[in-house]
Amino acid sequence: MKRRALLIFWLAAGMNLAAWGQVSFDRILAAGNEPQNWLTYSGSTMSQRYSTLNQITPENVKNLELQWMFQARSLEKFEATPLVVDGILYTVQAPNNVVALDAVTGRVFWTYAYVPERAARPCCGQVNRGLAILGDTLFMGTIDAHLVALDAKSGKPIWNVTVAKAAGGYALTHAPLVIKDKVIVGTAGGEYGIRGFIAAYDVKTGKEAWRFYTIPGKGEPGNETWKGDSWQHGGASVWVTGSYDPALNLTYWGIGNPGPDWNGDERDGDNLYSDCVVALDPDTGKLKWYFQFTPHDTLDYDSVQVPVLADMEWQGQSRKVMLWANRNGFYYVLDRTTGKFLTGKPFSTVNWAKGLDESGRPMKVKGMEPTAEGQQVYPGVQGATNWYSPSYSPRTGLFYIPSWDKYSSVFVKVPTDYTEGRRYVGTSPRSVVGLQGAAVNQRKEEEGYGAIRAIDPKTGEQKWEFKMLDVTDAGVLTTASDLLFSGGREGYFYALDGRNGELLWKANVGGGVASGPISYAVNGRQYISVTAGSSLLVYALKQ
Amino acid sequence: MSRVRLLFALGAAAAWMVIPLAAQHSYGPADIEDGGKLFRTNCVSCHGPEGTLVDGVDLGHGKFRRASTEDGVIRIIQDGIPGTAMPPNNFSDFQAGTILAYLRSVASSGRTALPNGDAARGKAIFEGNGGCTGCHRIYGVGSRVGPDLSDIGALRRVAEIELSILDPNAEVLAQNRYYRVTTKSGETITGRLLNEDSFSIQILDTKERLLSLQRTDLRTAGFLSESPMPSYRDKLSKAERDDVITYLASLKGF
Repeated sequence: MKRRALLIFWLAAGMNLAAWGQVSFDRILAAGNEPQNWLTYSGSTMSQRYSTLNQITPENVKNLELQWMFQARSLEKFEATPLVVDGILYTVQAPNNVVALDAVTGRVFWTYAYVPERAARPCCGQVNRGLAILGDTLFMGTIDAHLVALDAKSGKPIWNVTVAKAAGGYALTHAPLVIKDKVIVGTAGGEYGIRGFIAAYDVKTGKEAWRFYTIPGKGEPGNETWKGDSWQHGGASVWVTGSYDPALNLTYWGIGNPGPDWNGDERDGDNLYSDCVVALDPDTGKLKWYFQFTPHDTLDYDSVQVPVLADMEWQGQSRKVMLWANRNGFYYVLDRTTGKFLTGKPFSTVNWAKGLDESGRPMKVKGMEPTAEGQQVYPGVQGATNWYSPSYSPRTGLFYIPSWDKYSSVFVKVPTDYTEGRRYVGTSPRSVVGLQGAAVNQRKEEEGYGAIRAIDPKTGEQKWEFKMLDVTDAGVLTTASDLLFSGGREGYFYALDGRNGELLWKANVGGGVASGPISYAVNGRQYISVTAGSSLLVYALKQ
Repeated sequence: MSRVRLLFALGAAAAWMVIPLAAQHSYGPADIEDGGKLFRTNCVSCHGPEGTLVDGVDLGHGKFRRASTEDGVIRIIQDGIPGTAMPPNNFSDFQAGTILAYLRSVASSGRTALPNGDAARGKAIFEGNGGCTGCHRIYGVGSRVGPDLSDIGALRRVAEIELSILDPNAEVLAQNRYYRVTTKSGETITGRLLNEDSFSIQILDTKERLLSLQRTDLRTAGFLSESPMPSYRDKLSKAERDDVITYLASLKGF
């Protein structure tokens, strides 16, 4: 080796060593420059769940084989998206145990065991959807509404702060989002009459920097959209990670349903900011704009989806947009600078609204709401999609939605009163589809089906559909070789051609897929990771 | 007799001490040591290193609220106390007995009172000329290569902290032993062993990298017999050591 080349090699090696395991915010912002890592919940702050890795292609994907598995010591749904940093994979086994694994072999470096308060009562499973990292500190929200900072090298706790009162129904289930020197989380608990909020904490100390209530208080703009004191227990929870646009310095978060979920009698009005996307200044928590998808919701159509940010040509001009397939069955495009509605149309069977008006407000169909006798509404209570991560591929130019179609529930309304820490929902819909699929699939066609739907993001027009017999809780990953990875409740993990939806490869993974897949690389080898049942599985091409 | 010599004398006494208990067992030094490990692993988080953190209970002085006999204590260790934070534990009669024997040995060796040091000065020494943060970490400051001491005051008795400073090799917990491998390409890697199996080794090396190594790539692998920590008997004055001990004893985690 020439002396100069040797010097450069050693300089590079030294630099790598200095940066090893240290995730600066600049690295997170430029995550696309290091596709071997997965540094934030949706892969980048733009939340496209798109990887520029391309070693695995439509031609060779049939040669994928299982490299290792990690079986969580938990029978809960495995909803966490892992982080991968320089060959180390971090994930959470439900409810709140963090593990650091060798990303090549799956062997354990360390485990951090967290014992939540017994008062914790998340509505729909003791789940966790992942971690955030900054520097060498990991951040996790817990089901008893604490935010914990951990040393990524040792798993030792650094700080632990109480975000909200677990006994009041508050919980943290989503992966936190780091922006600059703050870590941002929102509170779940929409079925317990909480007053939701998003809050930012100092990454070094855990000290609260700001708090944005997702329901305005007395005297604040928007409070008038709640009848009487109903705002105090109006839900508007947050349970999926938001996004961030560094050029606009705005962070975007989807807000959950108003409470009580299925009885809106005592909360007349639009019920802001339930079922909205809010754009906040991450330095102050100040609201810059909001857009409400479902005003005065009585059907539990949480707008708790990942805000997917994309820059695309729009009617001849470059535009910063936000793509949003909502639980209410409509697909929306918003201008993310102003929140202006650009276009929208149903992507699934919808009978509660006949369309969207010019401002994007749904034109509701009279009578399509819960009644004492019960009213059948499409989409049903789990929605036309839900928290499952969608994906946008800048290469194919398509937006991919994990969807439920031809799916309905019978919504029943009963009176309800608020008691702290008790369910506050106004009855529960009769849905033929439960929260978790059974080992044997005995569902009928008329109960609806799951699908990956590829749509043209500019028009909402469907380009292709990959249909499954059962519904799906799986997110979607796309890659720079035009592959699409996803799964479903049937217990398959599969690869499609992102251009046309053709099935290229599948594996029986022995349990429902309830997370979004990711891709990473170590020593030049590309891996695909997904969870199924209570296991995490990692695939790579056969060598 | 100086404090240090007294400590060694007590240590020597413990070495031949045999604790007879009414439960028809005699417990030798190895059993007492095993009992101490069980106590530190299972009991200190509630009872504290001196066994005094639960109101009305002083384990090191045989003061119990609910048991009047040794068999009674062993039963409580095994069955817990329903309706309280004391859980049942899956220990055999003999294991529970070793914990009791350890507690007896604590009582007979006497409790070391907290020295009259200054915790703030101790912190300055720890982070300054003591050079302790070169290996140890407290509340996120310092190296991860040695044991994290953020909660050392909640886990270890003052006498044990003092002994570790004076004679680091006197007791090295299994999880704190240094590990060294030599690869077939000739590289030597030293650090803390985090995990191992028949085929691989996971280590935090002295550069604070998490490394996963295949045994087939290694020429040698094993624990170092000596603690890498130097004795501070001659490196710090008695007053400085007292400051550091006072500081460390104040660390209870968060």
